[in-house]
Formats: sequence, C-alpha cells, structure tokens
Amino acid sequence: MARYFTDEHEWIDVEGDTATVGITDYAQEQLGDIVFVELPDVGAQLAKGKDAAVVESVKAASDVYAPISGEVIEANDALDDDPALVNSNPEEEGWFFKLTIADKAELDGLMDAKAYKSFCDEL
Amino acid sequence: MSEAEDLSAEDLPDETPAKLPLDAWHRGKGARMVPFAGYEMPIQYEGIVIEHDWTREQAALFDVSHMGQLLVSGERAADELEKLLPGAIATLKPGRVRYSLLLNEDGGILDDLMVTNVTPWIDGDEEAGTEGHWGEPTYYLVVNGAMKWDDIAHLREHLDDDVTLTHLDDQALIALQGPNAATALNRVMRGVPERLVFMQALDYQFGEWPLRITRAGYTGEDGFEISVPAEFVESLADRLCAEIEVRPAGLGARDSLRLEAGLPLYGHDLTAEIDPVTADLTFALTKSRREQGGWMGHAGCAAKLTEGCANTRVGLVLEGRLPAREGAPVYSGGTEIGRVTSGGFSPTLGHPIAMAYLSADFTEVGTEVEVEVRKKRLPAKVAALPFVPHRYYRGK
Repeated sequence: MARYFTDEHEWIDVEGDTATVGITDYAQEQLGDIVFVELPDVGAQLAKGKDAAVVESVKAASDVYAPISGEVIEANDALDDDPALVNSNPEEEGWFFKLTIADKAELDGLMDAKAYKSFCDEL
Repeated sequence: MSEAEDLSAEDLPDETPAKLPLDAWHRGKGARMVPFAGYEMPIQYEGIVIEHDWTREQAALFDVSHMGQLLVSGERAADELEKLLPGAIATLKPGRVRYSLLLNEDGGILDDLMVTNVTPWIDGDEEAGTEGHWGEPTYYLVVNGAMKWDDIAHLREHLDDDVTLTHLDDQALIALQGPNAATALNRVMRGVPERLVFMQALDYQFGEWPLRITRAGYTGEDGFEISVPAEFVESLADRLCAEIEVRPAGLGARDSLRLEAGLPLYGHDLTAEIDPVTADLTFALTKSRREQGGWMGHAGCAAKLTEGCANTRVGLVLEGRLPAREGAPVYSGGTEIGRVTSGGFSPTLGHPIAMAYLSADFTEVGTEVEVEVRKKRLPAKVAALPFVPHRYYRGK
C-alpha cells in the first residue's frame, strides 16, 4: 500500500484500484476543533480538484477537494457521531471516504511522506 | 483545502496589518496570528474550544488592544455626545458605564460602543482653602477596532469645537473574563473587584501603572476590561497570567463566547443598514430620549418604535451538528423569511446556534423554521437570547 499526499493537505492510501482519502495532521491542526464533517454520498462521482467534502470547525467551514477522480464506494460513518476523530486521529480512524481510482495517472506528481513533510516545514 | 469562510477573511485590510503591543507576548505563548481589524491578532493559543470552556469555568485573558479608546472632554461634553448617542449621557454618573450606539441620519448603526463617565474628582486642599470638586467632564469611549477611524471622523465632524476628542492610541486594552476573574484580580490588586459591580469603572494606580478598570466584557461572564499604557501591558499580562485561574484566550473563543451570550458583532449582526429597534437594542435608546429626540437618527428610530419593524434580530437553535454561518437563508416552508448574520457551533451547549434577522411574523420564541446550508434544509427554532445565561456581577 502506498500513501500519497497533496498540497491541499490530504492523504491518499492506494490499494489496488481503490483509494482511501483523509486530511493530514497538519490540516486538522490548522482547522482546529472539528464539529461536523459533510461527506460525499456513496456512488457520487468525484472529479479531481472539485468539491468532495466540507469540514466545519467551531471557527469556519472549509472545503475539501477530491485529490483524484473516481466513484465514492464508502464514507466514514464514524465521523457522523464523532467528528472530533479527525482531530484525534486524522490519518487513520478519521479517514473521510474511499473511492475507485478512475485514472492512476492522476497519482503522478503527488508527494510521498518525506516530500510532504518538507512541504509543511516550509509553510 | 481552503477556508470557505474565515473569521478574518472579510476584515482583511488593504495594507499590511499593524502589530499589537502584545504581539511578541502572543507569539511566545504559541498563538496563531491572523489579520483582523487591521492588526495581527491571536485567533487561538491551545484551541478555540479549550479556551472557550476555560473562560466559562475559570478566567481568560483577551487582548482587545485593537479597539479604539477615545476621550471626549469639555464642559459641554455630555450635551455634545447626546447629539450623537441615543442614550442618556448627562445623567450618567462618574464611574458608570453605558452601552450605546453611533447612528447615521436614518437611524442606521455606524458602530456600537461603551461610554464611561470618567470625570476626575479633584481633592480639596485645606491650605489653599479649596473644597473637593469634580473636574472637567470627561467621557471614555471604547469602539470597535475595525470602525475606529470612521468613528473618529464622525465624532470630529459632529462634535462642537469646544469639546476635545482624544484618541488614546498609546493605551492597550485587555479583558479578564470568567467566573474566577474577580478572585484572580483580587489577588493581584487587592480590594479592586469589590469596588465595582457590572458596568462600573474606576481609575486605579497600580504601582507606577495608571489603569482604568471596567467591570464589563463581551463573553457574558463576570469580568474586567483594563486599559493600560502600552509600555506596561506585557508586564500586566504576565502578572495576571501568573494566577492559577488565568490563561490567554484568542479571538476565536471571544467570538463563540459572545455568540452564546447573544451579543451582536458589528459588521455582521449590526450594520449601517440596520437600526437599533430592528437589532433588538431598544434598551440602548434611553426612554426619556426616545420621546425628546435631539439625537442623530431619532426620526428613523421613532418611526420603527411606533410602526414596528419589518424584521428583527433573533436567536436560532439548530438541530443536528451542522452549523449555519453568516449569509445562510432562513425559510418557513417555501418562503425565505430572513438570513443568518452570525452562526457557529456552541461549545457550551453542544449544538449549533445562530443569530438571524427574520420577518416580524416569525420572531416568536419557539417558531419552527429551516436554515439552508449547502442546499440542505436544517430544522431550527427561534430561541431567546442569550443562549447561555449572563453571569454578570451585580452586587450582593
């Protein structure tokens, strides 16, 4: 399994033709206390760079864009009851949704963990 | 990821934001700084909810030095202020504080503010044969940071030349807020809290620091606002934060606290298009002055008082967890009946709350409405303000 990162602070775990998407620890830290996560419906077709989810913190609403294109096959229902999972465990239990990978070429150019870390260090 | 609506985004000034006297202090405490009202300000230190809860349970220190601190002085200061403010100023006793408004000719709100009679007492001198007496009438105004330059221009334009307007731009302002604020302040400045109840102020010489302490705030809790020369504010902040009850809190918590307390925020819940009656701030129009008039905006307000308002500021409690933010439309069935002017998740109550302006037929507490957020209709009910009861100290 390979994990990729975007410059929009999302992580993507790729396993075969499916991907799991969430936001990074850096992102949750920036957002602050998360009170609600609006996830895409199963079956929704996501287009790379377009709206996929919305994270509501105490302070503000923030859009999460689809890091790659594909069809949503599962959303993390645990976030309905406990949106704070995104704060406490953003890169595992606080995942957002799973989708089929429409075009593997879209993964090209994404960062690996090391590249993402140095990306964050420069922010 | 992008911030769709940031607390700071619309208040971004054109120029580089200025630094507060406590700038380095905030950064040293790990604050995240954001531009607000022309300054770089701390939005949070540890986290908004932690700081919010700490304020409700203990005591928090807020830096509100961005706010405008003004003095209006002169023999005719009260009369002159009464031309612009709808509240009684002439009968405001020394040491008393009043919430008031600056209005335009139509009655639209230009800003909201606190006015304190700070007329000094001049002690008598036996040798010189003089008796103690009140000095030159002086009023201390605290106005919103984002509006202070416009307010100063408005006051300069409309106040007679025989009163003096002074911008205290070398003064910092900090707010100590929470149920343990008095306990903590009393340990630092013994005897001061017991000399004040809500909406009273005094001048206090703390060592070499001349302070002006007001028992008021913007959180719904008991607390104090302390005006201090900028050169001493860091030492004062350290002194207060050395108390076990006191931790710093940022703008984020200040916003969620004031929303729970039902207190409107200028530029969001109050604008020049909204009059005080519509804003449910009729209490700021002193009764005698409603009838007498003689203040800018009186005709517009009087009309609203007799004819009623097309819409009114109300509270909304939302079901579920999804907050409605500023601008969200409110519906009754298929009809749009108003808009949210500020909203968020209430840490104290554990559900979303909002303030909205709704048409008059829908403002009764308990009225069921719907708020639209991203094309979803969220069930909501009109609720009494404040959402969280005020706990001001009004004396034993």
